[in-house]
Amino acid sequence: MSYAYQPFDYVAPLGLSSPEARHKVIIVGAGPIGLAMAVELANHGVHATVLDDNNVVSVGSRAICWSKRSLEILDRLGIAERCVTKGVTWKVGRTFHRDREVFCFDLLPEDGHKMPAFVNLQQYFVEEFLVQRAQELGVDLRWKNRVTAIEQHSDFATLTVETPDGSYQLEADWVIACDGARSPIREMMRLEFEGELFEERFLIADIEMQSDFASERWFWFEPNFHGGQSALLHKQPDNIYRIDLQLGWDTDPEVEKRPENVIPRIEKVVGHSDFKLDWVSIYTFQCRRLRSFVHNRILFVGDSAHIVSPFGARGGNGGLGDVDALGWRLAAVVNGAAEAAILQGYDRERCFGADENLLNSSRSTRFMSPESGVERLFRDAVLHLAAHADFARPMVNSGRLSRPCVYPLQAPDAALPTAARPGAVAPDAPLDGGWMTEALGRDFMVLALGCDAPHTNLLTLKPKLNDTLRRRYLGDQPQAVYLIRPDQVVAARWLSATSRDIEEALAQSWSGLV
Amino acid sequence: MILKSHANIVDADGFYADLLAAHRGLSEAESHALNARLVLVLANHIGDAGVLAQALTLAREGS
Repeated sequence: MSYAYQPFDYVAPLGLSSPEARHKVIIVGAGPIGLAMAVELANHGVHATVLDDNNVVSVGSRAICWSKRSLEILDRLGIAERCVTKGVTWKVGRTFHRDREVFCFDLLPEDGHKMPAFVNLQQYFVEEFLVQRAQELGVDLRWKNRVTAIEQHSDFATLTVETPDGSYQLEADWVIACDGARSPIREMMRLEFEGELFEERFLIADIEMQSDFASERWFWFEPNFHGGQSALLHKQPDNIYRIDLQLGWDTDPEVEKRPENVIPRIEKVVGHSDFKLDWVSIYTFQCRRLRSFVHNRILFVGDSAHIVSPFGARGGNGGLGDVDALGWRLAAVVNGAAEAAILQGYDRERCFGADENLLNSSRSTRFMSPESGVERLFRDAVLHLAAHADFARPMVNSGRLSRPCVYPLQAPDAALPTAARPGAVAPDAPLDGGWMTEALGRDFMVLALGCDAPHTNLLTLKPKLNDTLRRRYLGDQPQAVYLIRPDQVVAARWLSATSRDIEEALAQSWSGLV
Repeated sequence: MILKSHANIVDADGFYADLLAAHRGLSEAESHALNARLVLVLANHIGDAGVLAQALTLAREGS
């Protein structure tokens, strides 16, 4: 079933007739990242205005793989349940060389997590749910408002915005550019987007068909049905299937996009012609990022700040990681609880996250699309050996799927399980009547396990211990105290802590320096 | 001794990237020579004749 696009109403903005008071935060771009940013800020009590040059959700399915961490973030934003219900849950990936399975991964082999490893859901559904949530929270969403100029001053920025009724100006203390991979704001500011372009093209097609294909990710190197190239198949809801086919660099994208050329390729993949073409696109592989995501009063979030080649689901999920890291910090600055210096923490952490995504994506790209010569030689050697030797299987690289990075924090630590070390997202675990990921967030919290929390003015959580909690947070220790940031990242931890220990670690986190 | 054929490199992706990086900018002949030297260096590290014989067999099978 094809998605029924419902245009959003354009309303002539106030600023067209009389100047508007300076806004606290303006978000440019109502894609999944801009909308998530607006909802996240609203959760922290900051009402942003969102400008978008269009008036519908994403045309085409685009980002479809939402990771466990993204679902946890979307849960805080209030839409994860709808995403999981509507989406296709999966955790197993199979990789084939020709017609032989050479590698299989299971992304979430253990129980005790609220969210599954991955949910496949078309970007347009995620945007639809986020728009509804933003409207419930009273976010000012302005459709058909296109930013045509931006000017930065020492403590605010001015935007020129074009609408169907003419153009007007807006001022904002903070502008968040969530305007995508081709970010017009980045262009207007003439910022260099540094990195690599790979000479490779992929055809991406969504087809609608009836099929009982497993809820798994299937990737083929050199399949018989697509001579010498790579292919990927992913299941989406509403009987939509995503097929990616490697085309090589010497193809003409405009010619390849024509249905009369796409359909025969798809017929070879699925073995029949009983399907309908829903959406087709062609993309190149790029791995680039801005040197800094913070430019005084203009902040870059998501694809405007960094783009990676696909096959690791690191674009949309990386963007939500940015939202997670920026929301609480910017809200604290806007609300007067922190100095702007704390935003350097956003810049540093998300540049680190982007680099990890870029590294993984460029390695996968090299494996999928090796240069001729020795790169090709080693790639083919790994694929052939994988059929004979276990060690070569994990070397087969069809994409390393998005996981939250562990930030390199300088923070108090103790001999406790490494998965919950400072800088890592606090692992989920079942609690009496809920989940750890539901109990943490919004504000700094003290988590006291097997002991009382020292007195502070922070929220504290002292859950009843169970085996999963012990395994993920205590290991062999009888007790521990964790300080958890609003983005659910572990800020510090101790076997036992005084009020002063916690206050010092808290001050460190607010400084933006750790 | 038995040849290890299970995954034994902690960061296999990192090693693979280093391997390709070592070849960057080399001609085909230079790459062949680098591979040959690398095989000899690693074989010396292994030392055990039985393990080396098994490795030769596995490599010949894996084509």
